[in-house]
Amino acid sequence: MKHKAFFYLILLVAMVAAPFVFPDFRTQLATLWLMIIVALTWDMTGGQMGYNSLGNITFYGTGMYVAAVITIGLVYDVGDYTGAAGGGIHAFSEAQYFSGMFLGMLGAGLFCAIMAVLIGYITFGLRGPYFAIGTLGVAIATGELVSNWEWVGGGQGIALPVYPGDLDTGKLLFYFLYAGTGVLLFVFLKWLYATRFGGAINAIRDDEEKAEAMGVHTLQYKLATWAMAAFFVGVAGAISAFQLIHFEPLETAYQTINLGIFMVVCVLLGGKGTLWGPVVGAILFHVFKEVTWNYLLGWQWVALGALIVATVVYFEGGVVGWLISKKPQWFHVQGKSSETVSEERP
Amino acid sequence: MDQFAANISLLFQFPVVNLKIVLDGVMIGALFALAAYGLALVWGVMNVKNLAQGDFVIAGGYVCWWLSQQGIPALLGVPAAFIVMAAIGWIIYRVIICRVIDRDLFTTLLATFGLAIMMAQILNLLFGSDTQSVSLGFDTLYFMDGFIDVPIAKLIGVLMAGTLAAGVIVFMKYSRMGQAIRATAQDARAARVLGIDTDKVYAFTFSLNAAICGAAGAIIVMVWVIQPFYGITHSIRAFVIVTAAGLGNLPGVIAAGLGIGALEQYGAHIFGIGYQQAIAVLLLLIVLIVRLIQQRRVRQNLQ
Repeated sequence: MKHKAFFYLILLVAMVAAPFVFPDFRTQLATLWLMIIVALTWDMTGGQMGYNSLGNITFYGTGMYVAAVITIGLVYDVGDYTGAAGGGIHAFSEAQYFSGMFLGMLGAGLFCAIMAVLIGYITFGLRGPYFAIGTLGVAIATGELVSNWEWVGGGQGIALPVYPGDLDTGKLLFYFLYAGTGVLLFVFLKWLYATRFGGAINAIRDDEEKAEAMGVHTLQYKLATWAMAAFFVGVAGAISAFQLIHFEPLETAYQTINLGIFMVVCVLLGGKGTLWGPVVGAILFHVFKEVTWNYLLGWQWVALGALIVATVVYFEGGVVGWLISKKPQWFHVQGKSSETVSEERP
Repeated sequence: MDQFAANISLLFQFPVVNLKIVLDGVMIGALFALAAYGLALVWGVMNVKNLAQGDFVIAGGYVCWWLSQQGIPALLGVPAAFIVMAAIGWIIYRVIICRVIDRDLFTTLLATFGLAIMMAQILNLLFGSDTQSVSLGFDTLYFMDGFIDVPIAKLIGVLMAGTLAAGVIVFMKYSRMGQAIRATAQDARAARVLGIDTDKVYAFTFSLNAAICGAAGAIIVMVWVIQPFYGITHSIRAFVIVTAAGLGNLPGVIAAGLGIGALEQYGAHIFGIGYQQAIAVLLLLIVLIVRLIQQRRVRQNLQ
């Protein structure tokens, strides 16, 4: 128990120290935390509850737009602002910027949580691959609709005010916003998975009909889980909106093929249905992505597709799943080691 | 909004426009139905939901386009695409699909999604990201004072699609392999017990599916346009059609294919061409929700 606390302390110190030790990689590290956040939230439904969503990116994009609309809407008329394409006439004071940022993050999270309940009410009736395809459809459709909505800038996107302080402090701020959200999410999930709630969603994954017969209100649990996941994705999207400053709907906000699939790959790479899997997977994937994007220009998507195929075909348990089967004592798993991680469901 | 209303009122002022839209939609829908039939085949026989379906279509289109660039008559591109894509489909089955076939359904979905990303990007690197099409150089027929124009190329395309579909149906019904495929679809275990090499059947089915898609793509490049990243829209259309029609329901697949072709043309007419992908996706969601409500009713009856 003692060395476990020590382990977490080291990680916490590393998290705080990282942007100061590697000042040139601050944006990269911030993106790494974004990956960790989206991977952890994807695993809430995909790994722990057995509902593989391909549409969690909807909440990322919606979070971005809600944050932008709140920040701008507090000071100016949004239609006027987007009409001027973010020209120099619209200035933001420091107080306006930070209050917009705070309210934007909060509003984005809450809006996405409500949206998840509304969408989930329909899509959670779909099972298995239909759920995956249905949520993918929701993500693509939302992106297309937003890109045709002129009030929020249409296909050109929307531009937020630039961080008022100097650039380096800005990068630090965004790093710690992401990292803080990520740590909060991790601690929250560690607690959540140990409660009855965690047991209930695991029961839904293992056999939904039996869970229902045992008195678990499956729809309520599914909606609550997705709403929590959507809250954190929405907050992450809001931070991204301020970090990126300018974003457009199809390639940045509702980036179905990019981040929307990256989060799934992160989880599969690390190990589905484990607490540490998404974190490990996000780190591995981010390194893989940066290496291929830098050195295999043009072929990076081929490499990504090959990685997806290789992971799901040959390496289903992921890194953590493989570790659990090799070193069960590290994870306090007793008895049949190889079967505890297998996700095989008929 | 005014724009949409004006477009709708145009439909009522000139009823002949409806005829043109439906005709266009049906001609393109015949090709969607072909790809959807391949999807239904693989889905029904081996329970693999192939998200790379649209990329097979696009790859077949590029085979035909590349051959016509080399000076070979474009009509020969259709059988060529059929053969090339059959080979590619067989390789893909051996390398990827045969390893995920008995895993849970999301695994196969994700594996084929990875495959789709890979194929789209390889096509992009090989042929560039421009939209391409092949002109057959045939005339266009005009009816009703020029309101309705029917390019002969499109008629030939529909004819070839029909011939291919008929050929596949006859093959499935009367050939030894077709019978083995249908037996495996009904009960793979029983088929194995009775001496059918199901692995061979799966390999053949997947390769046949890729070949059908390839031929459909080769026709699409002659009557429409292709681009490396159009694959996902074709995949979504195929899913819409199969989900709406149900598995093993061939007349349903054809009807749904033609219907979606027509609906998309209407959507493009009313909302503008920019909404085309959104329309395909929204149709998918509508179909899924309708199916869901139907099933909910069944479930209540059971209680």
